[in-house]
Amino acid sequence: MTDQRSQAEIVRNSLKRRYRKERRFRLYGLLAISIALASLFTLFADIINKGHTGFIKTTITLDVTLDSGMMYLDDPTDEDQRSMADFMAPIIASLQEHFPTADSASDRRALGSLLGTYAASEVRDLLIDNPDLLNTTQTIELPAHDRVSVYVKHADNPRYTIKLSEQQQRWVDELVEKGVIDTSFNDVLFSRGDSREPANAGVLGAIVGSLLTMLVTLIISFPVGIAAAVYLEEFAPQNKITDFIEVNINNLAAVPSIIFGLLGLAVFIGLFGMPRSVPVVGGLVLALMTLPTIIISSRAAIKSVPPSIREAAEGVGASKMQVVLHHVIPLAMPGMLTGSIIGMAQALGETAPLLLIGMVAFIVDIPDGFFSSATVLPVQIYLWASSSEQGFVELASAGIMVLLTFMMSMNALAIWLRKRLERRW
Amino acid sequence: MQTANLLPLVLVLTLVAYGLAYMRSRAVAAPLGGIRNLKALPFYYAARAALWCAIPALIVLAVWSGFEGKVIQSIVIASLPQDTWPDSPGQASLILSQISNVAAGNLNPDFVPDHIAGAASLLETTESRSENFKAILVVLIAVLGATFAWTRVAPHINARKNVETTLRRIFFVCAALAVLTTAGIVFSVILETLRFFDRVPITEFLFSTSWSPQTALRADQVGSEGAFGVIPLFTGTLLISAIALLVAVPVGLLSAIYLSEYASKRMRSTIKPILELLAGIPTVVYGFFAALTVAPFIRDLAEMVGLEASSQSALAAGLVMGIMIVPFVSSLSDDVINAVPQNMRDGSLALGATQSETMKKVIFPAALPGIIGGILLAASRAIGETMIVVMAAGLAANLTANPLESVTTVTVQIATLLVGDQEFDSAKTLSAFALGMLLFIVTLLLNVVALKIVRKYREQYD
Repeated sequence: MTDQRSQAEIVRNSLKRRYRKERRFRLYGLLAISIALASLFTLFADIINKGHTGFIKTTITLDVTLDSGMMYLDDPTDEDQRSMADFMAPIIASLQEHFPTADSASDRRALGSLLGTYAASEVRDLLIDNPDLLNTTQTIELPAHDRVSVYVKHADNPRYTIKLSEQQQRWVDELVEKGVIDTSFNDVLFSRGDSREPANAGVLGAIVGSLLTMLVTLIISFPVGIAAAVYLEEFAPQNKITDFIEVNINNLAAVPSIIFGLLGLAVFIGLFGMPRSVPVVGGLVLALMTLPTIIISSRAAIKSVPPSIREAAEGVGASKMQVVLHHVIPLAMPGMLTGSIIGMAQALGETAPLLLIGMVAFIVDIPDGFFSSATVLPVQIYLWASSSEQGFVELASAGIMVLLTFMMSMNALAIWLRKRLERRW
Repeated sequence: MQTANLLPLVLVLTLVAYGLAYMRSRAVAAPLGGIRNLKALPFYYAARAALWCAIPALIVLAVWSGFEGKVIQSIVIASLPQDTWPDSPGQASLILSQISNVAAGNLNPDFVPDHIAGAASLLETTESRSENFKAILVVLIAVLGATFAWTRVAPHINARKNVETTLRRIFFVCAALAVLTTAGIVFSVILETLRFFDRVPITEFLFSTSWSPQTALRADQVGSEGAFGVIPLFTGTLLISAIALLVAVPVGLLSAIYLSEYASKRMRSTIKPILELLAGIPTVVYGFFAALTVAPFIRDLAEMVGLEASSQSALAAGLVMGIMIVPFVSSLSDDVINAVPQNMRDGSLALGATQSETMKKVIFPAALPGIIGGILLAASRAIGETMIVVMAAGLAANLTANPLESVTTVTVQIATLLVGDQEFDSAKTLSAFALGMLLFIVTLLLNVVALKIVRKYREQYD
């Protein structure tokens, strides 16, 4: 009797400690969740913070007198003359009008270096398109140099170093006040390919490259994945070969993506002699990589079609293949589509295997076919992120935002499809 | 004709074959009194004609396009005068690129030796001849196949059976593609690895402690042999993966426990998808975050406490990689925790244990094999992860256990050795394949063991 009471006593006395432990354990769990959520939040906040300026471009709008004598150019349609002409001279002259005191050669150089490298080619292109504009005065919006852009956008950000001289900074301040230097939406980002200069670089080339690559991936992996899933679920006999295939699929799903790059390099490029850095090879490699994902999710979708449907179809005389083609596949299609879209979203963000098959080349042109050199969005981000020029960091984060937007809309589409089309049996 | 144009052509031929066979089957059926006197529906006769038309033609097209380039190259090389034959694959590719540049008109034929110019014109004629032959052959086979199927449109032949068997075989081939992919990986990696071990003994590769393949660029350089000891790479990989797991396992496991045992249904259904979001973010984004935000932050932090940290510290890469695999660990542990039967939980609670005691003393031990399986899968993920380490870890192969120093990993070396132009037969390039093989074997072993554990455990409760 006394023994029992003392046991109850022990339990009662330990309760406080045990409840404290309980609370502590709960707290650990909450802490873990908040760490994970905080990292996610920090990641997004950091990228938006670094990248939102990537959507803004800095321009210098000038009234440029396209004086033929100043440019040494009489006939803009003549290619030989154009190659000798100095398109920078009228731009600098018009900048000088704002600063009449700056007329030494070094001042002129300093003024000229406020403009991006491509300012001269903007003027040239304008004259090629409209030769009559020679000797007239035009208001032209020109890209500012990266250094000016950094100064205007990030003057008070310690992460950036201002590379303008004191005098240039005063000039830029004055021009900003006059409204000559202005910031606006960066349409260049969505209308150009890569460039050596941040002000002239865009993601359009990479987006087109990604689209072409994804198209190849989709065309191969979707039908093949569904066919494989149908075979394994509906036709495969219970034997060693089937087991072997299943083991292979499960293992492939866990093979590191870079290994698929090695496969692409050795087989598609080495053995078949396909060209490097083209969307076809990239798409093939990514298709092989996403196949296991699509097969696994399609099998789940096929499994969820109730056997009563198969039995009913067989009961009215349909052959096995007719049951599959007329009933099982249409009913499993929403699930298959969802799985495939998620697989495609993964493939869209994949970088490592594409590095090995040469899709990291510096490519300025927008790719125009499955066999033209291209890069893809994540690789473009990688290239910009590893560039030393300051302007590319914000472009990389802007590129990340574009990439994430694409991926999230794909995932949202998958969720919507599932909600909309999936049937509960 | 280009392959890109041939494909639509074959498609059109297939459609034509389909249509003709369809009409013929109806025409055959009409005098007999309608299609019910046929052994199969007209659709099946038509589909069989389409299959006969498309499949042989496409196979020929694929095989021809696959080997065309290589065959033409060897023809061109063989046409060169004996004394100019290349004596190494590197030289061969140099000569070939010169020849193809002349043929493409990028290089003036007057500027190159006569035999190159001759080879260039040979290349041009062979290429166009090959294109023509290919087009003729493919169209011929397509037409022949369709004609054969057309002659076999007869009431007593069951076309449905033929079509279904063919479709079944196609489905089988699609499923077997996974095996083919694995075989492709294994063979491509093994072949190059064996060539690598011809140059560098396998014992040196596995047991030497220094890695500097870049010095093997020029033959006349001091130390031109390069050093191919994989140990520093492996320790670097292990260091970064260990840091990643140190982050991911507690965070992932504890959040899975909280979500499955404590959280309300609403909290669970909002938090879980948000955590899954972490798994959907591309690795290049994590790499960017690690290299440009976390690494400088850690360096500054270390400086503040008086430590010296590299700007490409293993810690930064490991931490971010850990965050990346948190959802992986948490969803796998969530599955196994939920698989523990409810009556074990109820029994423990009924005896007066608190929820955390139930968790720690009953559910966790029961779920442990599954959790370990999940952790092994996460480890194989971490070891094979490339972009984060390429962007945030270093290139120098330091043999160190200090997380503030810079280390390099197997995947980083594969990527850096193979990015850009490379010749296929230098020890430097081949070493990347040897590393790939090592990576493949290690991750495969981890996966096989993990899947076995998970499966065995599941059977216990099902």
